[in-house]
Amino acid sequence: MVNLFKHAKACTTAFAVAAASFMTAGHATAADDTITIGYAVALTGPNATGAGISTVPNYRLWVDQVNGEGGIEMPDGSRKMIEVVEYDDRSSNEDLVRAIERLASQDKVDLILPPWGTGANLAIAPLMARFGYPQLAVTAVTDKAPEFAARWDRSFWMLGGGHDYATGLVDVLAQARDAGTINNKIAAVSVADGFGIDLIKGARPAFEEAGFELVYDESYPLGTSDFAAIMSEAQASGADSFVAFSYPPGSFGMTKTAQAMGFNPKVFYISVGGAFPIYPGIADGKADGVMAIGGVDGTSDSVKAYFDAHTAFVGNPPDSWASAVTFASLEMLEQAIGRVGLDHGDLAAELSNGTFDTVIGQVKLEDNQLRDLWTVGQWQNGAFVGVGPADKTGAAAPVIPKPEW
Amino acid sequence: MKYVIYPVALALLAAVPFVASDYALGLLIGMVTYVTLASAWAMFSGPTHYVSLATVAFYGAGAYVVAMLNEVMAYPMILLITAGVGAAMALVVGLSTLRLAGVYFVIFSFGLAELIRQLITWYEINIYGTLGRYIFVDITARGIYWQMLALAAITIGLTAYINRSRLGLALRVIGDDEVVAAHSGIPLARMKLMAFVLSATILTLAGAIASPRWVYVEPAIVFNPTVSFLTVIMALFGGANRLWGPALGAIPLFLAFEYLSAHFPDVYPIFLGALFIGVVFLFPNGVLAGIEGLRRGKKEETA
Repeated sequence: MVNLFKHAKACTTAFAVAAASFMTAGHATAADDTITIGYAVALTGPNATGAGISTVPNYRLWVDQVNGEGGIEMPDGSRKMIEVVEYDDRSSNEDLVRAIERLASQDKVDLILPPWGTGANLAIAPLMARFGYPQLAVTAVTDKAPEFAARWDRSFWMLGGGHDYATGLVDVLAQARDAGTINNKIAAVSVADGFGIDLIKGARPAFEEAGFELVYDESYPLGTSDFAAIMSEAQASGADSFVAFSYPPGSFGMTKTAQAMGFNPKVFYISVGGAFPIYPGIADGKADGVMAIGGVDGTSDSVKAYFDAHTAFVGNPPDSWASAVTFASLEMLEQAIGRVGLDHGDLAAELSNGTFDTVIGQVKLEDNQLRDLWTVGQWQNGAFVGVGPADKTGAAAPVIPKPEW
Repeated sequence: MKYVIYPVALALLAAVPFVASDYALGLLIGMVTYVTLASAWAMFSGPTHYVSLATVAFYGAGAYVVAMLNEVMAYPMILLITAGVGAAMALVVGLSTLRLAGVYFVIFSFGLAELIRQLITWYEINIYGTLGRYIFVDITARGIYWQMLALAAITIGLTAYINRSRLGLALRVIGDDEVVAAHSGIPLARMKLMAFVLSATILTLAGAIASPRWVYVEPAIVFNPTVSFLTVIMALFGGANRLWGPALGAIPLFLAFEYLSAHFPDVYPIFLGALFIGVVFLFPNGVLAGIEGLRRGKKEETA
């Protein structure tokens, strides 16, 4: 019995000490002249790479710029400095959910910025809805965005779904085929993970509808590092177009493999990673002509200014797919606050209905989604520029066939 | 006396959500989850010394059962099926592997999580046709907390019961010396299997209960090996051979990790590594045993 009490006592002491250290850990509540903005993103773990490219640098850059100008302008013309509360979700959705609860109920931040990744954004969506915060989900590519926007009416989905990118690519290829530059055979490989599957599922019917023949269609497991076998089969298939729905490791590996084996298809398309600033280095300086997912308006001065600011602040240029959209979402937030203040309901309504001037041009959401997206980009003269949809302002003409490696 | 203390303590813990903030409740859920995982892990691995890294295989499988069934049947029914799936998995795995000893079992158990993850991935891609499922179950954070608390109480209660039963005695003998156990007429395979199945069923249920908080599941999200490592380190930290050891390891470590993620996000992996080494060197039998050892030492000095 004595023993039991001893244990119980040890338990309570340990708990009390730990709990006390927590109480004091809470952040000081903001004074009236500041806005607290919180976010939890992957700073460690497998998602840290993606978050470190598309999400975190843009958050920090934006806060730095806004505070450099004296803070966010409020509807009454006064300015409030931004105070940031940043947590690491360790790439775990359990930790992420708890961090959001912490931001909302403990730190009571004014606004919460979204995490990186589709799964992460979905995991927090019900919570954000319950606490009433608007959620500007950028790095979440999902075909179910319309359903989610309807389910959580303060959520905004800004990077489209796999289907959009697949059909966008098919359109670009169909034009080239109609012009007689490529044959109607496609060799496609896809990574056996959520993203790759969504894309290939969207692409198969779209290719068929456009009259293409999918002569090679193979998936490879996540983590594959040797692409020689599938690349030589793709080469032997007689297709002019090589299409890879891939993640960065695959995109980079296939580029190197194609170069090593002298595989020179007229269209070389890879997915995530192709728009990264490090890609030309991976391709040994021969990136020109490579197509990939994403893109930015190569003729726009605001994009150029954003790239310069990003390079100066972070040390390297942003990626040319999600980064600019992430930054645009923050500009939207800033402008919406300037128009209606910090009330979450008003903010959500303004984001949903308003028109915003951003780095990616004028943005007006449709049913809480950004639909005016770059789906296909291409490296041209050392820059990754949007080529599809062809009718989008600033679209460059695709260079097909791609110059040899 | 303790027949009064435990129910009262449990009732008090169950009443906490009525006064706690959302974040405090989130913390409690995390804490109770790891208390459950560490205690369930220790139920088998504590007495037998079979270090299992398969925790997330069962935990993740539980979450996946909910993800697959949440649109077709009622939640209590899903929990029943989850328990069945966990037990069946453990039975198959246990029958084929519990003859492995020492490091071979550790390696196998680690591979098991990867195996199940790849099997589910294969199934989802080739049969279901897409990867990633949604869990839209109408359960609040409070509901999750209460379920998890009940599971934790059951786990610790069951461990206490096993410790006093013939099964517990047999497991301890097996842990001390398998040859001796065999010669004393203990049916090794059956005893180990029983404990393994009980432990795995609880781990699977814990995954099912926790899963509604994730909303979206993918094999890569669900089968996160860190869960297995954390469970082991928590149980060992507190003391895997004691009834309250795993719980006592889980609570402070969980809070420490939470504190680190907010204040020193970059050092968390370093801390985790240092902790692993520290526990093995300083408290091979857990902090509880370590403290008792210190006290005993002092008493002997004064005497």
